[in-house]
Amino acid sequence: MLQTRALWKLVVVQSKLYLREPVSVFFTLLFAPMLLILMGFVLGNAPAPEFGGRGALDVNVPGYAAIVIGMVGLIAIPIGITTLRELGALRRFRATPLRPITYMIGDVLVYLVMIALGILLLVLVGRVIYRVPFQGNVLAWAAGALLSAGAFLALGYVLASLVPNGRAATVVGNVLLYLMVFFSGATVPLAIMPESVRRVSDAIPLTHVVTLLRGLWFGEPVGQHLVEVVVLGGMLVVGTLVAALTFRWE
Amino acid sequence: MRTDVGETVVQVRDLAKRYGEIRAVDGVSFDVGQGQVFGLLGPNGAGKTTTIECIEGLRRPDEGSVRVLGLSPIKDGYELRQRMGIQLQAAALPPRIKVGEALDLFSAFYRSSVDWRLLLEQMGLAQRRTSYLAKLSGGQRQRVFIALALLNDPEVVFLDELTTGLDPQARRAMWDLVRDMRSREKTVFLTTHSMEEAERLCDRIAIMDYGKIVALDTPGNLIASLQAEHRVILSTDDLSCEALLRNVPGVARVERIGERVIVYGEREGLLGRLVAVLEEHRVAFADLRTEQPTLEDVFLALTGREMRE
Repeated sequence: MLQTRALWKLVVVQSKLYLREPVSVFFTLLFAPMLLILMGFVLGNAPAPEFGGRGALDVNVPGYAAIVIGMVGLIAIPIGITTLRELGALRRFRATPLRPITYMIGDVLVYLVMIALGILLLVLVGRVIYRVPFQGNVLAWAAGALLSAGAFLALGYVLASLVPNGRAATVVGNVLLYLMVFFSGATVPLAIMPESVRRVSDAIPLTHVVTLLRGLWFGEPVGQHLVEVVVLGGMLVVGTLVAALTFRWE
Repeated sequence: MRTDVGETVVQVRDLAKRYGEIRAVDGVSFDVGQGQVFGLLGPNGAGKTTTIECIEGLRRPDEGSVRVLGLSPIKDGYELRQRMGIQLQAAALPPRIKVGEALDLFSAFYRSSVDWRLLLEQMGLAQRRTSYLAKLSGGQRQRVFIALALLNDPEVVFLDELTTGLDPQARRAMWDLVRDMRSREKTVFLTTHSMEEAERLCDRIAIMDYGKIVALDTPGNLIASLQAEHRVILSTDDLSCEALLRNVPGVARVERIGERVIVYGEREGLLGRLVAVLEEHRVAFADLRTEQPTLEDVFLALTGREMRE
């Protein structure tokens, strides 16, 4: 039984609550566009060999989109859920006829909306201020971003179940995010890294997001990125299963 | 006083729940009738919250059965929660949610709900509709959580430690609220560790200690069952009155602490006889009052321990 009225209200209220939290607004919505503006000053957008003959900003717009996804999945979700759990807010929901599945769908929708907002702001800044070109297919790129977001949302819910409290979520989330951002080539191009680092980077989930979103951004066919699609799809399926089995209301 | 168990709303039989080695609830049985205010009274750690949460369906009992409105709180939980209201002891909402938002959101969880704006008004919170929850006082926040429990116009309301941490004024406001629910024929199930609260609100009281119910009756019967001594306390500087009072029929003993004289004895006619003797011998006295045993005394008599707050 789908509780559509409850779902709608949940999405609206939870979105408002998210946007009232200055820290989460800064990191998921403002951080990536600000970083892009800063990099524009520092690096400019001249073609360079380490960026495969493209400008730094050309590759950074899709790269930073991956960071937005990582921020929400690795930090916003684990901290958000553990905080509500510690508060006892999830318990309060349980004391009503609200179904867990309704709550979860609402939660997922809110985080997807936030990711979409963050990426939209980033792309707007790139296009308007630096005239960064987009050479791909909008629908294909959106689908790639949605798949990536799904994979990292699932990972976020798994993390939320694994960590004992909000403080642990903050530490684990931040460590994972910085490691992943560094090794994924989202900021520092992998081309200038030693071979050993590049091998580690293949095992990092965020690398696949960066590769997929950059490829689709520059108009490469999806067929060229089957590895990424399979890895992220697998993460989505396995993560969702694990999260569903381990989710705790208290 | 509603002591007749009409239609049974809550039925608990041999309920038991363990946490590791600890038997939090250890074979508890009772019924709550429609329209009653039923109180579960006991010190912290007696097993009250575990009991109420098993009845609410938030915890799964290890043994025994629970029926609420004829339904199983575990199997028919979603249906049941449409018809009951729950105020949890340990629960909060995000600090940045507004009062009106919270009520509007929770209204959407029920098939049918009352107008939450009206409810806010009844709770004296109409002015706080757009306030963040974090900005409210303890009493106001408690009223928000009670409003959440009443949104669906429930047939039975569960209140866990309704007034803990509230100042006396807020506490009295909560009591009025429970009396109002009672006058509207709602069944109210509450837990408290305040004797005074149980005595003032409840039609029936179950006293709980170490996971077991040690007494279950009306407040009046519980106190009467003690057959405790009645006390008459008065002040006088006449030192001779002590011997005089000791010889009054029905007096068990007399204690003197400075100017204060405490007379212990049977309840029947004690006060009248005492006053008559004092008047007859022209003993000047002041501040005469009587003291009845309280639930506090009942608890002490039943468990051999003081209630800890």
